[in-house]
Amino acid sequence: MNDKPIHNRAWWFVLPVLVFVLFSSLIPMMTVVNYSVQDSMGQNNFFWNGAGWFQGLFDPTTDIGGRFAGALVRNLFFSLVVLALEIPLGIAVALCIPRQGWQVGAVLVAIALPMLIPWNVVGTIWQIFARQDIGLLGAALNGLGIPYNDTQDPLSAWSTIVVMDVWHWTSMVALLCYAGLKAIPDAFYQAARIDGARRWAIFANIEFPKLKKVLVIAVLLRFMESFMIYTEPMVVTGGGPGEATSFLSLDLVKIALGQVDLGNAAAMSLVYNLITLTLCWVFFTFTTHADQKGEA
Amino acid sequence: MSLALDHLGLTVDGIPVIRDVSLTLERGTMNVLLGPTLAGKTTLMRLMAGLDRPTSGRLLLDGKDITGVPVRRRSVAMVYQQFVNYPTLSVYENIASPLRVAKIAKGEVEARVQQAAKLLRLEKMLDRTPLQLSGGQQQRTAIARALVKRADLVLLDEPLANLDYKLREELREELPRIFAESGAILLYATTEPTEALLLGGNTATLWQGRVSQTGPTAAVYRRPHNIDAARVFSDPPLNELIVDKRGATVTLADGRSIPAAGPLGDLPDGSYRVGFRVDDVTVGGERPGVLSFPGRVSVTEISGSESFVHVDVGLATWVCLVRGVHEWEPGAAAEVHVDPGRIFVFDPDGRIAGLPAAMETV
Amino acid sequence: MARITLDGIAHAYGRPRTEQDYALKKLDHVWEQGMAYALLGPSGCGKTTLLNIISGLVTPSEGRLLFDERDVTRLPTEQRNIAQVFQFPVIYDTMTVAENLAFPLRNRRVPKPQIEARVAEIAAMLDLTADLDRRARNLTADAKQKISLGRGLVRSDVSAVLFDEPLTVIDPALKWELRSKLKAVHRALDLLMIYVTHDQVEALTFADRVVVMNDGRAVQIGSPADLFERPEHTFVGYFIGSPGMNFMPAEVHGTTALVEGHRLPLGQAYPPLPAGRIQVGIRPDFAMLSRDGGVPVQVRRIDDLGRRRLAHVTLGSRPLIATVPPDMTLDGSEAAVTLSPAHMHVYVDDVRVEGRAP
Repeated sequence: MNDKPIHNRAWWFVLPVLVFVLFSSLIPMMTVVNYSVQDSMGQNNFFWNGAGWFQGLFDPTTDIGGRFAGALVRNLFFSLVVLALEIPLGIAVALCIPRQGWQVGAVLVAIALPMLIPWNVVGTIWQIFARQDIGLLGAALNGLGIPYNDTQDPLSAWSTIVVMDVWHWTSMVALLCYAGLKAIPDAFYQAARIDGARRWAIFANIEFPKLKKVLVIAVLLRFMESFMIYTEPMVVTGGGPGEATSFLSLDLVKIALGQVDLGNAAAMSLVYNLITLTLCWVFFTFTTHADQKGEA
Repeated sequence: MSLALDHLGLTVDGIPVIRDVSLTLERGTMNVLLGPTLAGKTTLMRLMAGLDRPTSGRLLLDGKDITGVPVRRRSVAMVYQQFVNYPTLSVYENIASPLRVAKIAKGEVEARVQQAAKLLRLEKMLDRTPLQLSGGQQQRTAIARALVKRADLVLLDEPLANLDYKLREELREELPRIFAESGAILLYATTEPTEALLLGGNTATLWQGRVSQTGPTAAVYRRPHNIDAARVFSDPPLNELIVDKRGATVTLADGRSIPAAGPLGDLPDGSYRVGFRVDDVTVGGERPGVLSFPGRVSVTEISGSESFVHVDVGLATWVCLVRGVHEWEPGAAAEVHVDPGRIFVFDPDGRIAGLPAAMETV
Repeated sequence: MARITLDGIAHAYGRPRTEQDYALKKLDHVWEQGMAYALLGPSGCGKTTLLNIISGLVTPSEGRLLFDERDVTRLPTEQRNIAQVFQFPVIYDTMTVAENLAFPLRNRRVPKPQIEARVAEIAAMLDLTADLDRRARNLTADAKQKISLGRGLVRSDVSAVLFDEPLTVIDPALKWELRSKLKAVHRALDLLMIYVTHDQVEALTFADRVVVMNDGRAVQIGSPADLFERPEHTFVGYFIGSPGMNFMPAEVHGTTALVEGHRLPLGQAYPPLPAGRIQVGIRPDFAMLSRDGGVPVQVRRIDDLGRRRLAHVTLGSRPLIATVPPDMTLDGSEAAVTLSPAHMHVYVDDVRVEGRAP
């Protein structure tokens, strides 16, 4: 019902932003699109390749296609694992944060700390942490007899990266859930106590339903960011050992900058972008639709 | 100065929310907009303020079409139900805020704020923040802010609904006096008929987005033009009865017949809806020449010096007023007497067909 | 449980130094089983604090709370056999109406057939039978409040139901229905019910006894008729009745009060009164306007309320509100007011003084 009187003058204010976006995003993006349909031998000689790069990309038997398929699977698996760990853990942490008193501020700051660290520093911290010679984690694990070697053992490398991401980002889920929990009026808890509900019943019947909206945001954000992850695994494992932790982003950088294979890289980056967008759109539409149907 | 609404209408998502409203508001009197919740009072006020654009019709201020004028350029002030104040500013700054936006000179700001504070008895609270004040004081701050703007149109949207009823009584007394000198056109929206009667002036009854009647408040109360106006202007709800008139007798839905008395007597044969208010019907006692219905008491509600007895007479449950504090036992048998000289008769379309003899007002 | 006893209950947040620091001042009272009580007073009068002490959400800083003879002062809410209905409906969104009502019984491991019978019984009492299988969150506010109430009533060991301004979010048109429903439930179940409100209509309709509170103190406890006809405190005279009682400073001698130079007859004979602020009070309902024969007054304004008319007059320099008889017409602003002696009360320092029969 917000039918404000229409003004067209406001569009002029948008012009500077449009120009900026044009230069910093749209034009570079169009360049990538250009690369993805051309073949270049350097010296700015371009030969039309049409959908050639894309065909190679989607054919798992080719070298590039195989790498792409493998990296895509790794990305999806990583996102799923990380979500499965971070969401329940975040909810659990949020339930433990005190609601009032001086402790609230102290706890919130402590929880927020991991999110404030620059991402390559996070990577460096864990890289050193995981070293078998001087790293606390690496040395301790090996000292306890657990075979741990993040540079040579794929399982160790994966575990390190997963744990690192959980350490880095569970706080965000926790803080979002805490905000959601704080919005629940006290009367609900009082009524539940009078009804004789146990702790789990209170969680299942009061807290979780009210957290659903917040969780949608949390899952969406975490999925997007974990699917696009680059800096941390790059610093910790560099994509190794071998290709064990080579995610799409890492591969892309290698192909584009390492091998200067612009055509393949451009095609891959476009597809990567489209996959991310599609997955997010599907997820978002699905959850908000379910939300509305629930409301009706 | 007057504000005229000319066939104003608003449709949202295909649903007409305001239907063909034509109304003229004059300044110098309290104009009341009376209607139940969701009748469209707030929507209509938003259209008048310019916050929403009507889908049809025009808004004329002193004959000039202001329908397309954005709210920022209109001279309008609005007071809401929920004591809307700037929480971080002092009361003084809150009241001064519209003047600061209009870049009024400092000396003038001081004068006007002090004047408004005096009218609303806030002089001692000027340097507190709204959250340190009671509900009544917060609402007075909001009213002062509307007053100080000296707007042509002041819209009050159920401003007293969130206050304790004693505070409501006090503030309601003061409101007409406070705005009397501002020379603005006042519109006060409320759901309570009693409040409309206490404020006096002119009332427009609103039901489902349509204005059913306008006129001096007491006249709308006593002489409703249609059943919607009568229903809106009754609290407790209007007691109703469907009757079928043939000649000198009137048949009820359960087959009983009663003589056609009062306004029913002069009407042509047909089906009618009879309405009467709580004070036109009593319980107990014997009164000759009245319409009587046996029934059972379902509950008694006591309000200060009056008792409202709900009696189930089979055809409906009616609410009757008894003076004094009386408690009837639920389930007790009771006889309801309706004064036929005081009933409203409506035809099947809802239009008034018969009125009681006009009551004299002082 | 037959009764709730307040033994010297008082409550202050933090450490109290003076009496003003107490949110709830010392109170001794016995609440009888089966009666409906209302706690009535303006915002901040302490009524919600008192309710929370009874329900267990607040532990009083002084005094004892007894359920029958059992000291429950420090007992947590869930062990007190009470039910509470809050200002806004508290329902479990994920469950249907039937599941909501069954919840407290399921938590206490009551056998399923018994649960179903009880749920059906309570739903019938509250007119919720048609909605039993609908999702609770899709219902209107008043239906949700009924569910909140139902959840409290469904336990058969509940001996007291506490209401904290339960009609706040209800549509005004439906408040009538819900109030009647509450009264009907009270009659049917013979429970002790305590109802907090700032609305005198709700309080007087619902309760057998009303506790009028102001500033942390229980000013008067009585039936609606008592509060109306014999207010023990000027606050009660002011707060009950719309409009409230008229008060005028006076000098009282025997059976006469001298107000603004006029002699007004009183219904009782008073001994010489102690020093203090002396006032007489009379409700507008018992001050009738007439053309002549009574105390002369100036009419300032007549309010037409539909079913009655009120005259705002001045007696000398004192404002007064009187009732205008139905068939009276007035010309000019000169009139007279007849004050019914039987309903004139004398107050010294805001407290009513009882006289003797004349």
